[in-house]
Order: sequence, then structure tokens, then C-alpha cells
Amino acid sequence: MGYGDVQMIDANGIRNDGRKAGDVRPISIELGVVPVADGSCRMKWGSNDVIAAIYGPMEAHPRKIQRQDRAVLDVRYNMAPFSTSDRIRPGFNRRSREISKVTAEALESVVMLELYPRSKIRVEIEIICAEAGTRCVGLTAASVALAHAGIPMTDLVVSVASGKINDVVVCDLNKAEDNYGEADLPMGILPNSGELVFLQMDGDLSPEEFKQAWDYNMDAAMVIHDYCVEALKTGRYPQ
Amino acid sequence: MTEKKNAAGPQDNQRDTRLVAPGEDLGDSEGHELGHGVIAIDGRIRATKNGRMNVNGNTISIEPRRTAYVPRPGDLVIGYIEGCTNNIWFVDIGAPFNAILPMSLGPSKTDFGGTRSVIDIGEAILCRVQEVEETHSSVVTMKGMGLRKIRSGAVENIDPHLLGRLIGKQGKALRQLKEDSECRVIVGDNGRLWIDGDFNGTLEVRNRLRSLTAEAKAAKIGGVA
Repeated sequence: MGYGDVQMIDANGIRNDGRKAGDVRPISIELGVVPVADGSCRMKWGSNDVIAAIYGPMEAHPRKIQRQDRAVLDVRYNMAPFSTSDRIRPGFNRRSREISKVTAEALESVVMLELYPRSKIRVEIEIICAEAGTRCVGLTAASVALAHAGIPMTDLVVSVASGKINDVVVCDLNKAEDNYGEADLPMGILPNSGELVFLQMDGDLSPEEFKQAWDYNMDAAMVIHDYCVEALKTGRYPQ
Repeated sequence: MTEKKNAAGPQDNQRDTRLVAPGEDLGDSEGHELGHGVIAIDGRIRATKNGRMNVNGNTISIEPRRTAYVPRPGDLVIGYIEGCTNNIWFVDIGAPFNAILPMSLGPSKTDFGGTRSVIDIGEAILCRVQEVEETHSSVVTMKGMGLRKIRSGAVENIDPHLLGRLIGKQGKALRQLKEDSECRVIVGDNGRLWIDGDFNGTLEVRNRLRSLTAEAKAAKIGGVA
């Protein structure tokens, strides 16, 4: 079985988990799940389960990483060994390094780092259960946790991925769609300004398909942003 | 003229309060003064923190849910000695950076190399922030009335933004707390409190701090948007 061979969407546009093309998996958010951290957030998104914890601002160590004019974000994305069916060897690997880097760069565009020169803000993202789109869940959870920690930010970052399955563009791919689909387009969006802070693409999309995936992501981001704001105001979503 | 004016300046009774999240649009910035936790982008006011928005007169600010202590010159703080060299103590004052306490600003005359014999690592001190640099490094002093090494009682923590609530208007709530618990309570601007008194009194102050924190973190405090 190869890419595109598995039937994942029927003639009526219903996907294998019962969603329509533009639907997002169910999301729940809980704040303050790590009491010793300065801010924390647990986000469940479909079967994904992610905890983000924030520590700091604190003195940056080693001193060579200090920036005289701003703080540095020390982001660590890690998948628990039991988060997938194939055991993941503990520790950093090529993939987690890449995701940590792109997450840090996305968050740097919203966190007001210039207020804390020479400091470090530690962002720990732990994937407890992985289904598909963990980088998106990790980035969104980290931005909510940063807001919960009282770190000044100009906006929240909401990340969501759309992709192509059986030549149909769909929003928020699940495990099967991610594995056997033809393309994947994760985006990090600032919902209040509509700006983009993170974009990756795996596979090929035509300009029209790209536009459709972009629109799905933008619409989904606005909805997820409302969930995040609700969680920040009341401590959890849904109530 | 509808506004009441007295020696304290114009007093406008218009007050609004709602919960906001970072990035939320709070309206047009024209004619408004920006307080804590808000910025103006392209003529619009945006929240930068999660918390309660307060509109007092024409000043818009946010009382955050959580906050880190940022030292300012003149702050009375309680710190722990984290380390020392021959002539400097490093003091943890709860800020992103440790403050330094030079021997010359120490509590008593100290010989070069004798810092640990005066204040040892792990001990708590009541000190005042003397100087804060642009890079957030700070210098504290123990030269001043009431500044001393803490030898008795307990040190408790509270989020710095809740101090206003603990102290109350003109110190009324704090005075009441001191009377009720029969304890000496010294409040540091960094959110640390020195409580000195008998066991029951100390417990009473601790309970008050705990309930204050719980109240402040309750979801619907101050009304929901």
C-alpha cells in the first residue's frame, strides 16, 4: 500500500473518522496542570495529548547564550517513549531538534523578549500521546502556557495543519491521513492580526490546493483561538 | 462640568472590568493612556497579558493573573543568600537575576574574605534595592533603618501583583491582619513576607495568604467578559 492507495474519504466527502473536509478534531484545554511551573497547559486534540510548561524568565545559563538586548526562548519539544506504538528512544533526535527550533522561532515573534534582557524563558513541550500534528498542538499549547505564565505577548499563536488525501484537501489530518495522505501543510497563525509565523509543507500541492489548505487553516485557527481564549479566562475548555 | 476635581486630580467614576487574553483588541488608542499590560499597535490598544482589564478614567491597564517580580530602586525586598565571594553576596530576590550585595553595603563592618561569617549561604535578609541597571542586574543594600538579617519567624510567598489586595487601602487590611494574628508582618515588594510571632498567629497569616491566592485565581473574579 502506498501514498494515495488507501480510501480515506468517501464520495459524500465524509472522512474515515466521520468528519467533513473542513472539520477539526475535538479539542480540550486545561491550565495549571503543572503546579510548580510558572505557567502550564494540557491540550488534548483528537487523540493527541500534550503538556506544555513554562519556567522563567530566569538568568540564562550558560552565559554564552545570553543576549544583551533580549531574552532567549529555550524550547524543548520531546515525545514520551510511550507516546506512539513504536517506542521512541528517549532524548533529542533530529526531528525533535527541528521542531524545537521552528517552535522557538514562531514564539519569538509574539513574546516581548526585549523586556527581559539577558534572561531565558524555558518552554517544555512533552507529547504524552501522539496521533498526528503534534507540532501544531505543541506550539498552540506552548503559546497558551506562556500567556498563563504572565509572559507579555502581542498575540497568541494558533497552529493547525491541512493536507491532501485522495486528491481532496482536508483540514486537521488524523493519523491515517497523515501517514497515507499526499501532502501536509502545518501553519502557525496570529489570530488577531492574521499574520503567519510558521509554515512547513510536506508533499506537493497545486496553487489552488494550497489556497484551499490555507483557507482551511485560517478558518480553523480562528475557532481554536476562541477555545484558547475561553481556557485562559476560565481555566479550562470546555467547561 | 461633570468631572469631580480635588487635590488628587480629576476623578472620573467610569470603571470597567473584564477578563482579557494576550492579543485581544481593546479599542481605539486615541484619547487613552496605556497602563500595565497593554500596548498600542496601529492606533489600536492590544492586551499583552492574561488578566483583568481595568479602565480607570482614561487609563487602560491589565491586572495580570500571574506575574514575575521586576526590581525597582527603593523596593523593600526579602532575599536569600545564594552565594558569595570575598567581598560580595549574591542574593535571590525572586527576580530573573540575582542581586548583588557588596561588602560596603552589608549589615556590619566585614573583613575581606569574611562574608560568610556575617551572612551565610541560605540565610534570609531584609534589604532594599539600591540600583537597577538597564540589563535588570540590581544592587541591594542593608544600610538603612530596619534592614537586617532575618533570624526568627517565617518567610512566605505571594504573587507580587496581589500585594495591593493584601495591604488594602492605606494599609487597612494589613493592619487588621497584624492585629488579628498578633504577629509582626513585614511585606517585601517582591512578594515575600516575613511573619514573626507565635505558632497560631503565623498559621493565621498563612491561611489568609492562601485564601487570597485562591480567591485571585478563581475564574470569575471581577466579572467575566
